[in-house]
Amino acid sequence: MRLTFALVGAIALTGVTTAASARDYLSIAGSSTVLPFATIVAEQLGNNPSFKTPVVESGGSSVGKKGVCEGIGTEFIDIGNASSRMKTGELEYCAGNGVDLTEIKVGYDGIVVASSKAAAPLNISKADLGMALTAKVSVCSSGAQNYNCTQMIDNPFMKWSDINPSYPDVEIRVYGPPTTSGTRGSFVEMVNEKGYCKKDELMKTALAAAGEKAKACRAMRQDGAFIEAGEQDNLIVQKLQEDPNAFGIFGFSYLDQNSDTLQGAIIDGGAPTFEAIAEGSYSVSRALYFYVKHAHMGVVPGMEEYMAEWVKHWGDDGVLSDAGMIPMPMAERDQYLAAMKDLPKLTADMLK
Amino acid sequence: MTDRQDMTTPGAKSDGMMSPDVAARRVAASIGGRRQRERRFKSYGLIAIGIALAFLVILFASIFSKGIPGFFQHYVTLEVTLDRAKLDPAGDLSLQSLYDGDARGAIRAALYEATGASGRSGRKAAGKIISQGAEQRLRKAVIDDPSILGTTQSMVFAVDDDVDSFLRGFISRDTPEADRRINDKMIGYIDQLVADNRIEYAFSDYLIFGSASRNAEMAGIFGAFVGSMLTLSVCLVLAFPLGVATAVYLEEFAPKNRLTEIIEININNLAAVPSVVFGILGLAIFIGIFGMPRSIPLIGGVVLALMTLPTIIISSRAAIRAVPPSIRDAALGVGASRMQTMLHHVVPLAMPGMLTGTIIGMAQALGETAPLLMIGMVAFIVDVPGSVTDPGTVLPVQIFMWADFAERMFVQKTSAAIIVLLAFLISMNAAAIFIRKKLERRW
Repeated sequence: MRLTFALVGAIALTGVTTAASARDYLSIAGSSTVLPFATIVAEQLGNNPSFKTPVVESGGSSVGKKGVCEGIGTEFIDIGNASSRMKTGELEYCAGNGVDLTEIKVGYDGIVVASSKAAAPLNISKADLGMALTAKVSVCSSGAQNYNCTQMIDNPFMKWSDINPSYPDVEIRVYGPPTTSGTRGSFVEMVNEKGYCKKDELMKTALAAAGEKAKACRAMRQDGAFIEAGEQDNLIVQKLQEDPNAFGIFGFSYLDQNSDTLQGAIIDGGAPTFEAIAEGSYSVSRALYFYVKHAHMGVVPGMEEYMAEWVKHWGDDGVLSDAGMIPMPMAERDQYLAAMKDLPKLTADMLK
Repeated sequence: MTDRQDMTTPGAKSDGMMSPDVAARRVAASIGGRRQRERRFKSYGLIAIGIALAFLVILFASIFSKGIPGFFQHYVTLEVTLDRAKLDPAGDLSLQSLYDGDARGAIRAALYEATGASGRSGRKAAGKIISQGAEQRLRKAVIDDPSILGTTQSMVFAVDDDVDSFLRGFISRDTPEADRRINDKMIGYIDQLVADNRIEYAFSDYLIFGSASRNAEMAGIFGAFVGSMLTLSVCLVLAFPLGVATAVYLEEFAPKNRLTEIIEININNLAAVPSVVFGILGLAIFIGIFGMPRSIPLIGGVVLALMTLPTIIISSRAAIRAVPPSIRDAALGVGASRMQTMLHHVVPLAMPGMLTGTIIGMAQALGETAPLLMIGMVAFIVDVPGSVTDPGTVLPVQIFMWADFAERMFVQKTSAAIIVLLAFLISMNAAAIFIRKKLERRW
């Protein structure tokens, strides 16, 4: 028993002493979309014997943005990853905690709607894709059925061909990530809200009549046409390989890794290829960011070197592009390379 | 219905007792039905067991069919010229000097030699064949034996994960070139390496001795394994003595009043609390109030200890209760104090039961990820933790992270890691059964 008390005491003591001493490795957390790329960079930094490998946690973009703003001190993370840009509200939270940040964009990620190669390819407009997946839509007719098109109704489309006869005559069945995912958030914003609800005239009037904003369109169908398949994108990939009539929504890197069995739907005339996403002709894509905490620069070793490691690998032939990240154009790369040196403080004006 | 009629027949005695032949008839008439009901009841049980077994078989079949290949991977043998000036520019054989040296160039040169690759596109294709971990391996070889500098050595390196998948036949040659991650040039070089007998399919040392990596071919469970062991030892050191002390006090010394009743009820309730709640507690207290760093096995162990405490307390109390009162009475009767009775007689006799409970609690803790999520142990951590205050992760977290990476080789690595984790769980449970069978006294 005496030994036990000694052990418990020793553990408590180590805990206290560790808390007092500085951390000698970077602590990073955030978006699960940025994670595969951040871990590559972290590992490369860890190869350098002068630095410990940074610890990269997942958790989602909100964890990255909120976590980095929580406070100053080694118990808080140094860098937050995000696949969506910081909002002014989130920046206010930062300012409230006295945290100054610099925003670094590292590249782009495409969101694809993929299906098995065994299926006929889908060539669809963003508006129609949104119409197929939004929970409440406004349509005048679908097949033989007629509807009151001045108000929103539960999505009536059962088959892709109901929307436009040129689309395949198969049931709408799309697997996608849950609401906690940044991929889902970006998709519904770009496709459902901006692609469909803000473009479609019927929908605009119906929304106005119901007194709702276009944000209401971010709700996906719940009648079985859209199926939440969990955070594991590999699971969706497997489902698509088994079921040629199904589609799946996930990040470009999963399509890239499975390009021999899967194909991406052509959206608004753009095929989801590396080049098309890079030059912007494939429109369903978002930028990837990380946020650096100024107060930790020079306190936690390796911050500058970690950023420098991104620069080494974010090019066209780098390991990051090999893993599926879409590089930025040269001008943007120069811009953010300069930002790494000057560390401009992120202000609300910059986010507008 | 017939039974009831029998009772009212004139043959039945007036005091309500049946005559023996009536009773016998009733039994005979109902026996078929009762046996059938029994058979049906048994078959429900058998079906339940059958379904459970079928799932188990499917689980094991799928894990083993995917996981066994995960224990192996492809390696390529190259003759590398180890130029001293290029590999060790500072000349002091330090890690930094070797890192600054051109290990990559030396390996690439050997690779170009072996494949005959020339031209920019050819060299780029050839370069993709070999793992990025090759440089580390070369540096390690130089550190282990500096005398190889200045010679040409035959060295074995892992191939890239895409090449490995191709060699396993997961990537078909018939797929159009644009759709596969291995282009025609690379296939040509790989074929040549195969023809020269340079490629071998061997046991994956990376899986066992490697740490977390984003290069699927280099990824291993060692770091996570060490993290698991550190976390579990903290958990054991805290939970076992606390659990046993609580059980002994509650069972032998505590007065039976309202307060101890509330404590007992709460311990039982604690056993049913979802494990993620303990993680939130750990986050709030250890990281929030004490300001300890995230991702360290020390906090992980404390959180898991809180989680396993109820299991240990409940099983320890059961074990103490199972010690017959006669033993206590005998000890007290010869003049032992209550503490002596406890420490010399009851606790040693109850120890096997306590240990069984503890091992099962530990096995539970080994498989947990949810409470660790909150305290930052669900993370990509490459460096192997050297102490309980270095950042570390645990085996189930490693499996969870691998399952989510896009690279295909991680599928096999994931299943292989699951096999390792299962092996540990099974051996821990086997130890619990062994202790119970061998040491437990029956009265």
